[in-house]
Amino acid sequence: MTALLLRDLKLSVRAGGGALIGVLFFMTVVAVIPFGVGPDLNLLSRIGPAIVWIGALLSALLGLDRMFQTDREDGSLDLILMQEHPLALTVLVKCLAHWLGNGLPLVIASPLLGLFMNMSEVAIGATMLTLLVGTPALTFIGAVGAAVAVALPRGGLLVSILVLPLAIPVLIFGVSASYAAVEDPAPFMPPFLILVAITMFFAVIGPIGAALALRNTAD
Amino acid sequence: MIENLNKVSVMRLTAENLSARRGEDLIFKDISFTLEGGESLVLTGKNGSGKSTLLRAVAGLLRPESGRVIWEQDGAEAEMRAAEACHYLGHRNAMKAELTVSENLSFWRDFLGDFNGNAGIGIGEAAEAVGLGGITHLPFGYLSAGQQRRMAFAKLLVAWRPVWILDEPTAALDVSAEEVFTGLIKEHLAAGGIALAATHQPLGLKEAQELRMTGFAGLMEDIW
Repeated sequence: MTALLLRDLKLSVRAGGGALIGVLFFMTVVAVIPFGVGPDLNLLSRIGPAIVWIGALLSALLGLDRMFQTDREDGSLDLILMQEHPLALTVLVKCLAHWLGNGLPLVIASPLLGLFMNMSEVAIGATMLTLLVGTPALTFIGAVGAAVAVALPRGGLLVSILVLPLAIPVLIFGVSASYAAVEDPAPFMPPFLILVAITMFFAVIGPIGAALALRNTAD
Repeated sequence: MIENLNKVSVMRLTAENLSARRGEDLIFKDISFTLEGGESLVLTGKNGSGKSTLLRAVAGLLRPESGRVIWEQDGAEAEMRAAEACHYLGHRNAMKAELTVSENLSFWRDFLGDFNGNAGIGIGEAAEAVGLGGITHLPFGYLSAGQQRRMAFAKLLVAWRPVWILDEPTAALDVSAEEVFTGLIKEHLAAGGIALAATHQPLGLKEAQELRMTGFAGLMEDIW
């Protein structure tokens, strides 16, 4: 299992891996917003957390379809399916590797993008924290979509559409927790804890669902 | 490899009345065979006759329409799925072009692990065995198609499994590589292993059972 984790991490940083693509896309999306809405600093800092979250969501969706597809294309998936390891555990490890390779760089890049949006230190910290907690949920939800669409030749967009409705709650609670940290009357903890709960819920459901989908992929 | 004989004494791979479908059509029907340690089965037949489908069904990658595959060791039906005792070498090599050969092989060695305490041979040794020692530091994508196929075969050596399921193992290979493969398969059989191969070229396995696949057309003849 450690071997699988290390292999997938290596693949995500080697040529053709998704890690850098995701971060670049994230930066592009957020960096064009100030040009689009104009140099109104108050407006930028007000919409900042939401824009950073939306950017992170879109970049997370971008890399999802490759989670199982590369393994399927070169035949590795067949060998992985034959092994005695519980498939849900294998999927969980693949999700972890995918998050470390694609999700964590987004979290690390988010403070820089917060500066672009003229966000305060507290808002940047809160956004980073909510992204750290929320992006794993996106990966776990995405694993199910990626597993369902694994046999489709160009399943990328389909995965995003399949996954989006389930990813919306993550976005809602992520953004509301980030706002609650800077706007006084709203409490920070309830939406943050719900976000944590969503992540833990999908950490259990996601791999099981993805494993079922992979087992039933007929070809 | 000979010491593996002692650890797994009696092994038997049995297929009972396997049938499989591709879409609407039955590709083959009621195929049964039994293979014990040291025995091999060669599937022949023209393209589309169901050789790959049968191998995928035995490897557990395709749910058969009927029948089952049973793995027995030490005289009793084992608790594991038959697929876990198998190595599957399909049309695709299951190696990552971005990683070096040794990274690929060591991943499969660690991920596949050992089988009933039987470990495989080292990565360098395995590369030597397929005649490509000394290039394990290269990215897999740099190798030629034939070299890639040889390295994919080396994967069978780094983690020991009693059953080898080989789908067109000698595709893209020159004559000397075919001899190397045949030698390795014979060695595996001599060590008490089992091999199933679908092939167009004769592999030169003398005592192999042969199963001629007729495919969809053959089934139709039976019906009419």
